[in-house]
Amino acid sequence: MAGQPKIELRNVSKSFGSNHVLRDVNFAVEPGESMTVIGGSGSGKSVMLKCILGLMEVDAGQIFVDGEDVCAMTQADRDTIRAKFGMLFQGGALFDSLPVWRNVTFALTKGRYSNAREMRATALENLERVGLGQDVLELRPSELSGGMQKRVALARAIAPRPEIIFFDEPTTGLDPIRTDVINRLILELVRDLGITALTITHDMGSVEKISDRVAMLYDGRIIWSGPVGDLRHSGDEHVDQFVMGKATGPID
Amino acid sequence: MSDSTAPNPVILFFAAIGRPVIAAFGMVGRVALFAVQAIRKALTPPWYPLRLLEQMFQIGWASLPVVALTAIFTGAALAQQIYTGGQRFNAESTVPAIVVIAMVRELGPVLVGLMVAGRVSSAMAAEIGTMRVTEQIDAMVTLRTDPYRYLIAPRLFASVITLPILVCIANVIGIFGGYMLSIYKLGFNPANYLTMTADILEFDDIMMSLVKAGVFGFFIALSGCYAGLTTRGGAAGVGRATTNAVVGAFVLILLSNLIVTLTAFG
Repeated sequence: MAGQPKIELRNVSKSFGSNHVLRDVNFAVEPGESMTVIGGSGSGKSVMLKCILGLMEVDAGQIFVDGEDVCAMTQADRDTIRAKFGMLFQGGALFDSLPVWRNVTFALTKGRYSNAREMRATALENLERVGLGQDVLELRPSELSGGMQKRVALARAIAPRPEIIFFDEPTTGLDPIRTDVINRLILELVRDLGITALTITHDMGSVEKISDRVAMLYDGRIIWSGPVGDLRHSGDEHVDQFVMGKATGPID
Repeated sequence: MSDSTAPNPVILFFAAIGRPVIAAFGMVGRVALFAVQAIRKALTPPWYPLRLLEQMFQIGWASLPVVALTAIFTGAALAQQIYTGGQRFNAESTVPAIVVIAMVRELGPVLVGLMVAGRVSSAMAAEIGTMRVTEQIDAMVTLRTDPYRYLIAPRLFASVITLPILVCIANVIGIFGGYMLSIYKLGFNPANYLTMTADILEFDDIMMSLVKAGVFGFFIALSGCYAGLTTRGGAAGVGRATTNAVVGAFVLILLSNLIVTLTAFG
């Protein structure tokens, strides 16, 4: 019998008016696993992550993190559960008004101006993990390139040493070399630190590099999931069209 | 056949009236809930004193030039208007009394409120709105920091604390503007002018000024923060949020000014 999943969604549904974004979504992510969810733009991938994080309320269904139903929790309990998570947002979502080192250590200081020397050292340690150095510590996010912003955001996500990290389009907008750097980092986090990773991406190269398992979200439902090795012979024409990037097929 | 499906014009008429009325009540309800939530969280830890000081600087110090200019020109123009109007019934000597009462009770708080609303509400809405559409607010929540406590509470407190200080300064500058014009253009005696100003000013006038300033400060921050936090739809959404913040703050200031005035003198 398999152990308890790190994250489990049971019959999760979410609508915005008449737009049914998630319909009875079921899937689980095992501890220490790198799971990737693929799907077209607007297929509800980001909404799914936000529901797990409690940034959006589900309309129906249950979401379990380490066996605890987060949908039934109070706000205070959810805050405790959030300590398990790190999140890399698609656009980085760095705080414009703060220098890089305060961004990276924000989860540790909760935004307070405390222990500046110690926090600078912690920020540097995490920045070095993502291939950045001391020269960016005092810069503002607006002074960084898109790729550097993404790496700073990744340093911020890993700084509090979370058990689970969500990656929302981690390689979008990066050149192939930076893409590979981020992919390697994700792999390192999963393999070396034992972090559970849930990634959503369109980048099939990244999917095949970083994933243990892949699921495809289409029309609000998980239509296929399986080991990454089975992705190119899934037997599902929607998955085939998406993976091959064909303009013609069942997906409009 | 077609008559049975055609919309009833009476229903259409009431629907046309009802929709905006219901929308307006809905908006009032949402803003009220936001205010309750903001106050509740502002009064419970964690607090961010340095963020409060930053905001006090942004709202107070940075607004001083525009507030001072508004006050001095308004005070001077007011003195001229009262003098010219007073000439019609030989009441030119009432200039110092009316300048001080008008500035302290009404023009000081309202003009400062409106000027600061234009500068600060829009800035709050733009900053928080941009944070909303670029997912910075979501990021803050995932980093276990409550946006109400980190972003909203310092702005609310800073605005409520700073506005009375700004209004006091504006009152003094406005009275000084009236004094300068009265002395150098209208030929008033400086000592008599100051004596009349001091004699007519009462503690209640100053209290009314401060109460209005505190209320306006609350509404300025409330409007800016609400518009910012509820921003949707990218850059266009941020633009709409800033407009809504300023319009909302203006309406709330003018409405609450009437309510405070009627409560005190009604």
